[in-house]
Amino acid sequence: MNKVGLLISFGLIGAGLLWFLIRAIRGQEVERRIIFVFIGLAVAVPILFNITFSEKASPIVEAVYDKIENLSSGSKILISYDYGPSMAPEVEPMSNAFLRHSLAKGHKVYIMGLWATGQSLAGAAIENIVKKEFPEKVNGVDYVNLGYKAGNQGVLNVIITDIRKMYLTDVAGVNLDSMPIMKNVKSLRDMDLLISVGGGLPGVKEWVQFAGDPGHIPMAGGSAAVSAPLLYPYWPTQLVGLLGGIKGAAEYESELVRNYPRFAKMPQPGVKMMGPQTLAHLVIMAFIVIGNISYFIIRRRQG
Amino acid sequence: MKRQVPLLITLVVGTVLILSVFFPPAERLGEDFSIFFDIIAVFAFFLGGGNLVRIHGNRLYKKNKDWAFSLVTLLGFFIMLIAGLFKLGNPGGISADVAASGSLFQMLYDWIFNPLGATMYALLAFYVASASYRAFRAKNREATILLIAAFIILLGRTPLGVYATSWIPESFSLLQIPNLAIWIMTSPNLAGQRAIMIGIALGVISMSLRLILGVERTYLGVDNE
Repeated sequence: MNKVGLLISFGLIGAGLLWFLIRAIRGQEVERRIIFVFIGLAVAVPILFNITFSEKASPIVEAVYDKIENLSSGSKILISYDYGPSMAPEVEPMSNAFLRHSLAKGHKVYIMGLWATGQSLAGAAIENIVKKEFPEKVNGVDYVNLGYKAGNQGVLNVIITDIRKMYLTDVAGVNLDSMPIMKNVKSLRDMDLLISVGGGLPGVKEWVQFAGDPGHIPMAGGSAAVSAPLLYPYWPTQLVGLLGGIKGAAEYESELVRNYPRFAKMPQPGVKMMGPQTLAHLVIMAFIVIGNISYFIIRRRQG
Repeated sequence: MKRQVPLLITLVVGTVLILSVFFPPAERLGEDFSIFFDIIAVFAFFLGGGNLVRIHGNRLYKKNKDWAFSLVTLLGFFIMLIAGLFKLGNPGGISADVAASGSLFQMLYDWIFNPLGATMYALLAFYVASASYRAFRAKNREATILLIAAFIILLGRTPLGVYATSWIPESFSLLQIPNLAIWIMTSPNLAGQRAIMIGIALGVISMSLRLILGVERTYLGVDNE
């Protein structure tokens, strides 16, 4: 079925593109609506026929994986949900993969967010991943959801010296001092790894500038593809590694499935979305070629 | 007085925050000022909410063009606000997490806000494709370089990049598309980004000094006088 789907999708899109290539050679431009139809097809067909590709972790992704993997069990990892629903389809696979990996390794997970919209997404991750896949993990012992606080970088400026100056309770109103997980945790400096997942402001960049770098705390990030290039200057010194876009998430998921048999049947939205992304990229490239052909032919005709 | 007080506040806060980085005794003050900032930031929500109600309320009252969208905006705003403020349907009651599973707030978030947000973001794919078709034209040397780089990155971000160039021997592995994409990101992109970042940092330092010293006053709503 997979191969039939692949053939059908390539056949449909290829024939259409060939037709527009012929039109381009005749010096005709492609209408915007036609491009929309092709992108719609390129995204829909791989989802309908479940077309997936195998992924291999690139060095920048592998570095994050190895960091979590090599920390001794019981290490403290803070994951910040710095995104909203609009960005969630792209970056949520990353935060979910980090959460699964950290809990599977037996680390203590601290969840928070610099985006108001992140608190609900973090809550959903706890309901759907932690409680269902790790029923043995106890809130307040193995993980804690600190929630959202207003102030963007200002929050980081405070919690880098004292978490309790901003957070006295978790999201459910439970006093932090009554939680075993918060014992011996005064500030961000007590964390073994900080992870920010996002793509806007505040996001990974602000975490590097206001927490990771000044506090000399190892930091990793997950970012939307559009903002990943802005974060490369921080790698590998200020950032241990970085997951950029769906490709980064897919690589991390593949690594997780490869090394942890318990995750063999886990949902892999990153890997699943690589099919549509691959075809959409090919269609965009084809249209760029077609656009350039018609551009040169029209220019030549105009002298 | 209307101008001097904000200028004085800017001078004191700016100076203390700079000192708190370089002089350990002032560290505590910097931390306190950050907490003040976080408290003030909360009021931005009131300001933002009030502004939203005022603008859309006016549009609705005057029945301006597209007033129906303003009605939807205001309805969405108030329904979410009431559901979150009074924690309607929250199994843990008024003291529980606002986003607790089963609460009306979380249900609205999961079933309306979440899919709508994702839909808006997904539309980007269509506009990016259309914009790429129109913008990526090899009009001159610079545009051609940009076009080639875009092609390599587009292909490098897919598994096809691996399949297409896996035949290249390991000694020339840099020429494999995924490695070329990584090289573009970690060399030319990194150099460019660093240059921009350093430029921005210098600009921020200069603007901050202008603000602290009261040379730049446009944030008060007046030009330099």
